[in-house]
Amino acid sequence: FLAGFGSLMQDVLWCFSQVKGTIDTGVTESDIISTVEFNHTGELLATGDKGGRVVIFQREQESKNQPHRRGEYNVYSTFQSHEPEFDYLKSLEIEEKINKIRWLPQQNAAYFLLSTNDKTVKLWKVSERDKRPEGYNLKDEDGRLRDPSMITVLRVPVLRPMDLMVEATPRRVFANAHTYHINSISVNSDYETYMSADDLRINLWNFEITNQSFNIVDIKPANMEELTEVITAAEFHPHHCNTFVYSSSKGTIRLCDMRAAALCDRHAKFFEEPEDPSNRSFFSEIISSISDVKFSHSGRYIMTRDYLTVKVWDLNMENRPIETYQVHDYLRSKLCSLYENDCIFDKFECVWNGSDSVIMTGSYNNFFRMFDRNTKRDVTLEASRENSKPRAILKPRKVCVGGKRRKDEISVDSLDFSKKILHTAWHPSENIIAVAATNNLYIFQDKIN
Amino acid sequence: MFVRGLKRKCFDGEEDIEGTLAGIKAIPSYNLQRQSLLDMSLVKLQLCHMLVEPNLCRSVLIANTVRQIQEEMTQDGTWQMINTQSTGQASLDRLVSTDILCRSSRDQAEGKHVSAYGTFNKDFESDQAQDSSETMSTASSVQAPRNLQSNVWEMENPQENKGNFQKSLDQIFETLENKSPNSVEDLFSEVENSYYDLDTMLTGMMSNTKMGHCDSLETFSSPTNTASNSNCKSDLNDLDHIVEILVES
Repeated sequence: FLAGFGSLMQDVLWCFSQVKGTIDTGVTESDIISTVEFNHTGELLATGDKGGRVVIFQREQESKNQPHRRGEYNVYSTFQSHEPEFDYLKSLEIEEKINKIRWLPQQNAAYFLLSTNDKTVKLWKVSERDKRPEGYNLKDEDGRLRDPSMITVLRVPVLRPMDLMVEATPRRVFANAHTYHINSISVNSDYETYMSADDLRINLWNFEITNQSFNIVDIKPANMEELTEVITAAEFHPHHCNTFVYSSSKGTIRLCDMRAAALCDRHAKFFEEPEDPSNRSFFSEIISSISDVKFSHSGRYIMTRDYLTVKVWDLNMENRPIETYQVHDYLRSKLCSLYENDCIFDKFECVWNGSDSVIMTGSYNNFFRMFDRNTKRDVTLEASRENSKPRAILKPRKVCVGGKRRKDEISVDSLDFSKKILHTAWHPSENIIAVAATNNLYIFQDKIN
Repeated sequence: MFVRGLKRKCFDGEEDIEGTLAGIKAIPSYNLQRQSLLDMSLVKLQLCHMLVEPNLCRSVLIANTVRQIQEEMTQDGTWQMINTQSTGQASLDRLVSTDILCRSSRDQAEGKHVSAYGTFNKDFESDQAQDSSETMSTASSVQAPRNLQSNVWEMENPQENKGNFQKSLDQIFETLENKSPNSVEDLFSEVENSYYDLDTMLTGMMSNTKMGHCDSLETFSSPTNTASNSNCKSDLNDLDHIVEILVES
């Protein structure tokens, strides 16, 4: 049932549904989740981690016997997508951490997804096998070849049922096209091409061709000493296969049209908000750096995340965003400390809900925030083991900025900056969200009446 | 994790001493804090040179911050020859609270574009070593490393005012390249300890208890001390001398 599609925030109570991952207090580095993504129907939920593994969860069919277990997500497939590599020329390691996963729309029984680390994109096919052929002529059941001279009878192999097996196979490997670290991949609406973006360049690929790519954006200066800006994220328009956007470390977004030229160095639109001179400090540029950019499902808006805010832009208005939401403005006076401990460089992502009416992004202390664009209400929730009783309603959290701290509020100085929610995902049509808290994946759903 | 206590801007050398439960605190001047931010940024650039492969976005943002500070200091006329020795060993020991810098600061006039950060762009340059082909339709997947313009930043002579600054950055990276794995450990252990030092320093700044941190004041305050060894600890007499200088300035 389409619960909450387009529903307003005050009607939605979020409940704990599931948590995946170990409870151990010590976190194994390789278990840290680095990306989360629902597929186009919401049936599958994929996570990538620092150890290069991909885990796919599948939503179980809803059962009439247990209506309150509204389709739980269970492990469907786990595979090692990327391995650590060594770049001998530069004497540097290439991390196996999965930076992004993007699903392809389903076109047959198999599922396809793209996963990428810093350097290499891979297309994985995830398919089910529940039958096995038996009765070959030339080999026996163990696969060993039979002596042809011993064969006296011919038979037709038959398919026999077997235990369901889900296998993931790498179908394409797109390598050697990025000098710098890949930060984004995006599947085009034509489903034939996709793009991969690194710090300085964006390449366009055809799914069928792995040994070539088109370079469509290149901001590398001829003289590297003049480098002052890098690409931070990129995405294709959801409907127009010729249009894409990319964001920069200077807080700008460029929209490009691939029909205009082969190399899209000239933008069709340039989105930038004028700087507020009263807020200027040495950290202004750093906090304006955009860490994520996402088109709305409608394609009419883009959402950007910088260090302290989420902004919504209308594609038809370039000179300022139409909406700005404060994620954790209480950090503004702490920027120096956050610069010192490097937290100021944390890259938070942001997501739209299915109807583009609510946006969500993460914060520190395992808090995440939702903003309702219509009612202008917002809420802060927490992903923690304490709130992990089945169907327990999440209580809104509040950070107290100064003066008297009320009960249940938490003061800024008590926030745990090692617990950061960088990656979240929203089901394409229902109020189900997946929140990655370091090495744990939380799934929350709205309350069923 | 965060700095406690109140800090206020220091005007005309007068210092507002705020008495609190924690003890007597002094307020580092804006200039001192700015210098501290500059030092911190340089250390960060060093550190990111040590990592697996530097995060280019972070490096660029830090470099831009360094450039901003340098521009402002040049316009202020407070830009001084940075002692190469001390910069090369810039450590978090010498940091002061940079709270003031988080507030909206004074206007920064439009500076001319400061280019020629040749040396610390070395790590940007080194990425050119393997610039694989982003090709148009007919190219194959053969990698074509560009000719390493390895000498470009060496040959480019630092321009007048930036000479020493670049030289010090140069030294940073040369030093880093020659560092053995053991010294990498040292570098990181240095950093770790410094967080505690920062804490203690911020609660006891300018009190006579923590004399090691006067090094920053020494270097900052006068050309007469350019040869200071950043690791030497001042004794009480030097401390008085430095306080005197600061108060007069």
